[in-house]
Amino acid sequence: MSEHIVSAFTDELEKIAADLMRMGGIVETMILDSCTAVDRNNHDMARDVITRDPEVDRLEEEVERQIVSLIARRQPMAHDLRSVFSALKTAGELERIGDLSKNIGKRTLMLDESVPVAMRHGVARMARPVSLQLHMVLDAYATGNAEAAKTVWESDDDIDQHYNSLFREMLTYMIEDPRTISAGAHMLFMAKNLERIGDHCTNIAEFIYFQITGEYLIPHERPKTPNTGI
Amino acid sequence: MDTVGPAKADLALTGEGADKTQALTYPRIDCRNVSVYYDDKQAVFDVSLAIHDRAVTALIGPSGCGKSTFLRCLNRMNDTIEGAKVTGDIFMEGENINSPDVDPVLLRSRVGMVFQKPNPFPKSIYDNIAYGPRIHGMVDSREDLDAVVEKSLRRAGLWEEVKDRLSQPGTSLSGGQQQRLCIARAIAVRPEVILMDEPCSALDPIATARIEELIDELRKRYCIVIVTHSMQQAARVSQRTAFFHLGNLVEMGDTDQIFTNPRERRTEDYITGRFG
Repeated sequence: MSEHIVSAFTDELEKIAADLMRMGGIVETMILDSCTAVDRNNHDMARDVITRDPEVDRLEEEVERQIVSLIARRQPMAHDLRSVFSALKTAGELERIGDLSKNIGKRTLMLDESVPVAMRHGVARMARPVSLQLHMVLDAYATGNAEAAKTVWESDDDIDQHYNSLFREMLTYMIEDPRTISAGAHMLFMAKNLERIGDHCTNIAEFIYFQITGEYLIPHERPKTPNTGI
Repeated sequence: MDTVGPAKADLALTGEGADKTQALTYPRIDCRNVSVYYDDKQAVFDVSLAIHDRAVTALIGPSGCGKSTFLRCLNRMNDTIEGAKVTGDIFMEGENINSPDVDPVLLRSRVGMVFQKPNPFPKSIYDNIAYGPRIHGMVDSREDLDAVVEKSLRRAGLWEEVKDRLSQPGTSLSGGQQQRLCIARAIAVRPEVILMDEPCSALDPIATARIEELIDELRKRYCIVIVTHSMQQAARVSQRTAFFHLGNLVEMGDTDQIFTNPRERRTEDYITGRFG
């Protein structure tokens, strides 16, 4: 798309996009690191993830502030309007992803070496596809690729199935050895957090698709495995 | 049935309470293949569009795009310009207003116009409003005329401000009040359509807001076509928007769609400030 006659307008939109990508980069590593911390029982790493969250919150505020100011001064229209709307909503989703990752870090601090390695691996395994979802949706944002955003949106069901299978796996550990129940409960919350992160990625994909095409993705048209009652 | 000229019996004007969806169901004016030439130079190229009743249609586009020229076709104001020629058909209630049988003076009482600069007659506030109904023989008594003046000023949102000084000159009012006086003058002859050519560009933001509020009110009874350079104004007051460029109609659609998701690249570039 060509540049605005008022070049500062283009600069401001680019600054918002750059801040959003920075936020995205931080929360992506927060997801991976929080789960690596679980996997390796690395409390230092978990604490490090927790300390990164305030920066995400600050960036969200920064993006919001810029957008409010831009709307007041420039009254964006058409694609510009859709892109600031999408950026505002996406910033909120990324902030939530940061919170959920931080929460995984906090729960990691409540676990000790007695937790079976197999249980830890389960959560770590789920982190990979979830962070990949975020990575792909941020790529779609950076490249303005509506189809890539739609692909992410359509593949959330894989994350849900991963969660369901992890849930069943955790139940078997807890049934086998009641001493793992406390750790298992924490891990179920971690898995749920990862599943929620997948949902936030889906939302971001919807905003990006709208930003690029001006059309809405219809939630009930998304592929979904029948609810397993979890 | 004589469809040209104000219908004397129709004191109720048009009905009230029509909502937006109903408003968009049938066109009041149907323009087909309208072209305008100033001597040899063509200013408007083969424009076809439908203008809906009880809705505001905004015409937007850069300077010289033909939007004001097109607006002036709707009440044959181009007739008054030396060397101007209009081709194509413009149907109102099924009748082609470009037909030689149509009396442009009567047509202009059906299709009122408000200009960029408020232009009250150098007469009293009362006479500014009373002038049209008098010359068109629309009233039989002084009481009727008083009623028309009051009703028109009320509809223009000016009555409370001027009711105690109706004999003062129209030019003694502020710019915003003068513009509302001109709108009151236009509606006094019970038009079906009101054309507005940048009605707020000489007004401050408060006076502009009052006119916009008035346009929104008038939309319930009239078909309104507005030319504006302010995209925000078009977005605020209209239900339909047409984008003109270099004499062509580039795109027309629901205002929501034009400003959030225009189909044409030229529209997008213009409304996002990327033109040229």
